[in-house]
Amino acid sequence: MDWLTTTDHKKIGTLYLHTSLFFFVLGGIEAILMRWQLMRPNGTVFTAEQFNQLFTMHGTTMVFLAVMPLSAAFFNYLIPLQIGARDVAFPRLNAFSYWVFVLGGIFITLPIFVWAAPDGGWFGYAPLSGRTYSPGPNMDFWVLGIQILGISSLAASFNFATTVINLRAPGMNMMRMPMFTWMSFVTQFLIILSFPVVTIALVFLQFDRFFGTTFYQISAGADPLLWQHLFWIFGHPEVYILILPAFGLVSEVLPTNSKKPLFGYPVMAYSGILIGFLGFGVWAHHMFAVGMGPIADTVFGLTTMLIAIPTGVKIFNWIFTMWGGSIRFTAAMKFAIALIAMFTIGGISGITHSSPPSDLQQTDTYYIVAHFHYVLFGGAIMGIFAGIYHYFPKMYGRKMNESLGTVHFWLNLIAMNLTFFPMHFSGMLGMPRRIYTYDAGQGWETFNMISTIGAFLLAPATLIFVYNFFRSKKHGEVAGPNPWDAPTLEWSIPSPPPEYNFAKIPMVSSRYPLWDLTHPERTSEIPHTQSGWEDAKHQTGEHDMAPMHIETETKTAKELGIPMPSSTIKPFFVALGIVLMFAGLVFLPKGMHIPAFALMFGGSAMWIGFLYAWLTTPLEDHH
Amino acid sequence: MSASSAEAHGHHYTTTGLDNRKIAIWAFIGSECMLFASLISTYLIYKGKSVVGPFPHTPWTDPSSGKVYPAILNIPVTSASTFVLLMSSLAMVLALAAVENKGKPLPPGSGWWDKALTSSKLWLWMTCLLGAGFLAFQAYEFTSFVHEGLTIRRNLFGSSFFTLTGFHGAHVTAGVIWLGTLLAIDYKRGLQPSDALNVDIAALYWHFVDVVWIAIFTLLYLIPD
Repeated sequence: MDWLTTTDHKKIGTLYLHTSLFFFVLGGIEAILMRWQLMRPNGTVFTAEQFNQLFTMHGTTMVFLAVMPLSAAFFNYLIPLQIGARDVAFPRLNAFSYWVFVLGGIFITLPIFVWAAPDGGWFGYAPLSGRTYSPGPNMDFWVLGIQILGISSLAASFNFATTVINLRAPGMNMMRMPMFTWMSFVTQFLIILSFPVVTIALVFLQFDRFFGTTFYQISAGADPLLWQHLFWIFGHPEVYILILPAFGLVSEVLPTNSKKPLFGYPVMAYSGILIGFLGFGVWAHHMFAVGMGPIADTVFGLTTMLIAIPTGVKIFNWIFTMWGGSIRFTAAMKFAIALIAMFTIGGISGITHSSPPSDLQQTDTYYIVAHFHYVLFGGAIMGIFAGIYHYFPKMYGRKMNESLGTVHFWLNLIAMNLTFFPMHFSGMLGMPRRIYTYDAGQGWETFNMISTIGAFLLAPATLIFVYNFFRSKKHGEVAGPNPWDAPTLEWSIPSPPPEYNFAKIPMVSSRYPLWDLTHPERTSEIPHTQSGWEDAKHQTGEHDMAPMHIETETKTAKELGIPMPSSTIKPFFVALGIVLMFAGLVFLPKGMHIPAFALMFGGSAMWIGFLYAWLTTPLEDHH
Repeated sequence: MSASSAEAHGHHYTTTGLDNRKIAIWAFIGSECMLFASLISTYLIYKGKSVVGPFPHTPWTDPSSGKVYPAILNIPVTSASTFVLLMSSLAMVLALAAVENKGKPLPPGSGWWDKALTSSKLWLWMTCLLGAGFLAFQAYEFTSFVHEGLTIRRNLFGSSFFTLTGFHGAHVTAGVIWLGTLLAIDYKRGLQPSDALNVDIAALYWHFVDVVWIAIFTLLYLIPD
């Protein structure tokens, strides 16, 4: 019950972490089932229909239910701690985002257990996903499910953008924010600006499917590329939404474990912004094969190549961060270094298809599958694992087992490369994506067998991780507040942090406030000022703040007189009402009007009623 | 507990000095811009692409039945409804000013108009009614279009027109409900200058919805095929 009503960003963060790890395992099982089918030519484990559902749900699950919420787990847990805040700007909205995500995740996932899952790919290309070509309820679950998950992401993005803009501790100006907070901040803007576009694309598809509009009806004169444009205007920023938080995480792990400040901090921040900005101008490189003409192809090819520059800057800056440092190879550090190496491979194969003529050879083949798994598994997932090993002690007060972490790392790295590296070759030999089986004698057998062996090895790697994760919560080595000797605010408070995070809000005078206290020699070349302190004192008085210090306070918020947001069930019911409202639509095409309208009106009444109750209740109990 | 004593506890320190809600509403409006940009772009992309009529600016004869469909858009009526919506923005500005200045004594010699300007209830009512008036125009517009043979299923024009203007209408409806809630609070306990932020945020949303309508009115109604 405590977990259903919590508004504490740390608890919501751990909820996100556990839920999305569950979905990560589920998406992984779907992947392994696909590899089982493709292990040998003419596989018969699954039918074509079932295979379509598997690859659709694998993509949808990994993008929307695993990597995005894994990043959200870190946004929740870390952003307030890194900027010296006591919670996010809107704690109840935060709980709401989580519950919409869970309930939407359940909604879109359940049909796979009865083989009625979405089957039109994670990109749901219309008109293929329209009622004419996808008559069953399968794609209804997808259209409505993605719409629901979009609400969660948008609500969270307004919340975190506001938090970063408005709740930074005195003295923490933009150029002193930890790099994870920076990359998360850019990510929020990508979500704010890209999700409404897919919302509208989905609204059109919903209206086409449920109400008979003509947006994607070719016979009515509709443009068959409308969906693709709208989807990829969202879809390409989406891949940066997936990768930037992981970039942020390794930008915390690498300096800490190299015992050096991050190399080229301002350029790291600017390159993150530039990646986000350019990310909105490259969407049509997903569509080189549709025949947009030489001008559009050239422009989008060039913008795509441009993105390699800020990304390359990041890669080099991470390497220079390690250069000359005294490196400590923790499990987190190994994963962070793996991100640099694996993402570079994925980045280079990405550049090969930024050129339209080259892309025409590669598009829709396993070469593309290899590319984006190197950037998403080798990039985002490696970065997230680095983040989990690194921040686990902060969350639970205990370290994860380093030996098991090392085993997990090597097995994961080898299995990942076994799985995805051969796909470059099977793709170059012409093996198309998304086929459920293939004939022998095309030179694909060996590569597919290796890929399958690799995928099978990812299972024990993940199992070791899961075992380590749950075991370490109880039996891990006790960590203390700052086990890695890290430089940023989240490490200046006890592990796990008390409910109020900071008894006194720290007043920050440099980019590495904690190293200023523990290792001043490392930060001597970084500018130190007290800018912003005066403003803060004017606003609220000094009694709630203190110059940078290490906190060992273990009193409760009540004892310290810090007002905390009260727990509430209302965000949960608002979320539930919204999901029920959308769920009602599924019954509509079946002619089941009573359950359809009962759910739609019942759900609407529920969320509107609870929203009013929420808005008219103050955030905090005033005793 | 009043806002000032909460501030004395140091809990409401913010980096910019602005309230969180003010920043969040701007983020939300940024997102809404992309939402309406997608809707409007789709309408413009599909302009002139409908296989069958009726069309927005020109009459159309059905080749199979010989029936003549008039041009759908009625510019004089929509100009009137646009005027109504723009006036609601003016009323909104006055409502916010009335809340901000509540309790300030009127200078001697103030007339009835100066007195009227101090009534937040009056101007919130005005805003709501003008918003509702716009919605009534839209309801009339939609029904008459349907009578003239344009439904949301009829052609690309119908689909993209009704979806875009319907989304805008839904935003106006949400705004009217929001302002109605503020009005209810005003009747219950009287809106004070300390509530100005709540009104300010609603006003930002309201003005945004008006600005979107200006774009829609120009691009859909005023520019012929």
